[in-house]
Amino acid sequence: MGELIIKNGFVFDPLQEIKGDRMDIGIKDGRIVETSALSSPKTIDAAGMAVMAGGVDVHSHVVGPKVNVGRLFRPEDKLFKSPLKRCDRMEMGFSVPSTFKTGYDYARMGYVFVNEAAMPPLHSPHVHEEIRDTPIIDNAAMPVFGNNWFTLEYLKNNEIENNAAYTAWLLRATRGFAIKVVNPGGTEAWGWGLNCESIHDPVPYFDITPAKIITGLIETNEFLGLPHSMHLHCNNLGNPGNYVDALDSFKLAEGYTAKNTFGRDQVLHMTHVQFSSYGGDSWRNIDSQTKEIMDYVNAHDNITIDIGQVTLDETTTMTADGPFEHHLRSLNNLKWANTDVELETAAGIVPYIYSPNVKVSTIQWAIGLELALYSNDLMRTFITTDHPNAGPFIRYPRVIKWLMSRAARDETMKTFKWLDRTIESTTIDSIDRELTLYEIAQMTRAGPAKALGISNIYGGLAPGMDANVAIYALNPEDMPSDPDMIENAFSRCAYLVKDGIVTVRDGEVVAEPAKRTVWVDVKVPENAQVQRDIYEHFLRHYSVGVENYQLFEANLHNPRVIEVDSTQ
Amino acid sequence: MAKKIENVGCPFCGVCCDDLVVTVSDDGKKILEVENSCIIGSTVFHRAMSERHTLPRLRQPDGTFKEISYDEAIDYTAKVLHNAKKPLIYGFGSTNCEGMAAAAKVAEQAGAVLDNCASICHGSSFLAIFDNGYPSCTLGEVKNRADVIVYWGANPAHAHPRHMSRYSIFPRGFFTGKGHKGRKIIVIDPRHTDTAQVADIHLQVQQGHDYDLFDAFRTVVRGHDIPDVVAGVKKEQIIEAVDIMKKARFGTIFYGMGLCHSDGRNHNVDIAISLTRDLNDFTKWTIMAMRGHYNITGPGAVWSWQYGFPYCLDLTKRDIAHMNPGETSSVDLAMREEVDAFINIGTDAAAHFPIEPVKRLRKHPWITIDPHPNMATEISDLHIPVGIVGVEVPGIVYRMDNVPIQYRNVIEPPEGVPSDEELFERIYERLCELEAEDAAREPAKAAPEGARAGE
Repeated sequence: MGELIIKNGFVFDPLQEIKGDRMDIGIKDGRIVETSALSSPKTIDAAGMAVMAGGVDVHSHVVGPKVNVGRLFRPEDKLFKSPLKRCDRMEMGFSVPSTFKTGYDYARMGYVFVNEAAMPPLHSPHVHEEIRDTPIIDNAAMPVFGNNWFTLEYLKNNEIENNAAYTAWLLRATRGFAIKVVNPGGTEAWGWGLNCESIHDPVPYFDITPAKIITGLIETNEFLGLPHSMHLHCNNLGNPGNYVDALDSFKLAEGYTAKNTFGRDQVLHMTHVQFSSYGGDSWRNIDSQTKEIMDYVNAHDNITIDIGQVTLDETTTMTADGPFEHHLRSLNNLKWANTDVELETAAGIVPYIYSPNVKVSTIQWAIGLELALYSNDLMRTFITTDHPNAGPFIRYPRVIKWLMSRAARDETMKTFKWLDRTIESTTIDSIDRELTLYEIAQMTRAGPAKALGISNIYGGLAPGMDANVAIYALNPEDMPSDPDMIENAFSRCAYLVKDGIVTVRDGEVVAEPAKRTVWVDVKVPENAQVQRDIYEHFLRHYSVGVENYQLFEANLHNPRVIEVDSTQ
Repeated sequence: MAKKIENVGCPFCGVCCDDLVVTVSDDGKKILEVENSCIIGSTVFHRAMSERHTLPRLRQPDGTFKEISYDEAIDYTAKVLHNAKKPLIYGFGSTNCEGMAAAAKVAEQAGAVLDNCASICHGSSFLAIFDNGYPSCTLGEVKNRADVIVYWGANPAHAHPRHMSRYSIFPRGFFTGKGHKGRKIIVIDPRHTDTAQVADIHLQVQQGHDYDLFDAFRTVVRGHDIPDVVAGVKKEQIIEAVDIMKKARFGTIFYGMGLCHSDGRNHNVDIAISLTRDLNDFTKWTIMAMRGHYNITGPGAVWSWQYGFPYCLDLTKRDIAHMNPGETSSVDLAMREEVDAFINIGTDAAAHFPIEPVKRLRKHPWITIDPHPNMATEISDLHIPVGIVGVEVPGIVYRMDNVPIQYRNVIEPPEGVPSDEELFERIYERLCELEAEDAAREPAKAAPEGARAGE
């Protein structure tokens, strides 16, 4: 592989606390190196541009069974919404794009790593097939644990060690990355058409509370010392008054500290918090409680969040929170798909239109932005749209624009039908804060990489790290007066270098370097009881054999394994 | 010493049993015994041992076949695709997902129409799903939770022999320890089928009147009155059935071709989905299509993540995919004589299509890719034999509930015989070569001079 030097750019690398210094970045054999180590590099002139590490997405639904149902059952999401082919493969879809479009669009925005937010373990071969067909970007996928029968049984009996052994087995069986928890207990209750509406609402039959599942999985995670923390989608999501449940869930993390060798500080990542920051007691009087939420988050270092920003688009909601999707269907009366997965989880999918003409949508829009704008530590507050739930990921540049420009927010708010009511129910109109490029780099690469425990490989520009560099045509000393220029620059990066290869130039994909599947292999002591439990459940309750359930080596594509030894 | 291979998946129906035990000879070349499968499944394995074609066969002017090499067959196929204006690649019910992905790459490069057996099977289900969603579950959920099972327009006793014993009626699951004694079975079918034989309630719906009966069910679920007889079924029977369904802890409606291919078609499936949704206001209900072949769910999955459409994909525009069943579906294209080349893969279009479209397709080059001779191979211009998925070729297949099952091979394919995936990869390479040759031959068209309007 060749050598490359990126010259004279304004470098933003929060992992090294580099705040827009004019620097050169050297690249050799796919890694960042000191510029002195280069002999005859090709040059990219980045003068007057912002240079950052390749983007890292902490939470996005891009591959897997429910994403694919979203594609399959919405032909209208393709109609008049798909661009013409300009890369190797066609690019179809808008809110739930095809795998090819997903890879290309992330690359165009300067992203290199995307963490799939929910993998039903039974469907892991499907997830890995889609990962194979998602070009350029590196993927990891988090198996869901919060409603898994093994987990519920072990945690009910306080058997953290057994749960840890099972967790290690499942991460290996599915080639998964971290512990994802969606509506703990509630999704199992959905097996009977029920739900757990608060963290103290016991799960039918299993008789364990969501609170105990959450603390048990935090303990399991730290017992194993995984790169990422427990990753939580909390109970009672999407309902008025649910900020109380979010605070209750946050408080469960009190007293826990991170134990790992990957530079991660948090024990709980709470995802798409926008959906959990609602006050009021009905859709009529719903309001923003972001102040309460962010006061708590700002005061507690062992928590990270992502915002889940509503982008005011027609989109497709999809989550392992089965009862929530059923509830959503009764609200908007659109088509509803559901898949309950034996012993493990469920999923629901409903199209949704976030309209500037709808009061709840515009309040949700304000709440997402408030979360980021109230944050004191943007290394712990990340940009997401919970793609595609609150909006498609291709809107990240627009979210960045709103965060960086009060004028852009005002411009959007002018289109709201219920502007007065929105201002009344939120505090967005009183916030003048505009985020800087350094803060955006914290929210979109350094922060997520640190929280995922991969900041030694991704999210920064220190020598030795992967040569993933995004260059945006934005001059921090002369920022454009038109905020739309910010959106344009982040939509189509001037350059993306992935693994040392120039992949995007002027917003167009020019090469497709090999992508990777990142997974976590944890070494645990032999555990005869867990082995027996696995044997029993597969013999009696699963509909596939345990030998066929575990991903075959041939179905894992271009793996990059992160090894953890918990026996020491 | 013969050796036993366990956890083998069965390449026959959508039940995708993965518990077969296959005994092969010491040299790994002969299949001696197949355990746990139904009779049809074991036949698939034993048939691999029958006389096999190991070279492609090309039709000669005198009507006979002549064996040719794989290179020649690949060249022939690539040229057919390259020369055709609108080729159709159809089938895929009986191959693995890797083969489907490779075929899609070929179709996109060639500008072809890509379609699968759903086009003449559960395509009407897709239309209903597009309109109304799909509240479903995996088959293990049914086994562990369901206490009421409805088979509507489906006869698994014959079409999916182990469906009832593995997943629905008989198994003892986590919350269903009593097995079939704890379950109520409702079968709705105009005929007294062998499935109806095991039902607690069999409603003999008047043929073609399923929609009426569903409507009556929905009306009763919502607490309204209905006429004394609907679709040939007495009011009391309907009320009794609905009462059982509303009182279920967990129920599943399995439906088959009886809904998709009788009067009403997609509307029958649509209202079945609506009924399922209504029942979820009271208790837990799910619905599932009884997909036929072991991997007919596969192309719907693979092409959805590649293009966003499960079937009837028109890739002939080359820069965007388009789906409009009726316009881009295989039988309709053939009837309108819009396609000028046909590749039949992993199915038997000659046996399954109506005769008229077969005749019209037959006017143009017809290539069949299949391990065995069948009706389609015998009327083809070219037959390319391939390895049998699940017997000789491993790969991922999707069960009727969209669960991916990893299949293994128990023996190797005959020497020199490729898998579907390898074959399509080679066709793709050849196709790219042909296009490159064309581009080299034709001088690049000069750009017109002058400014364009609006610039």
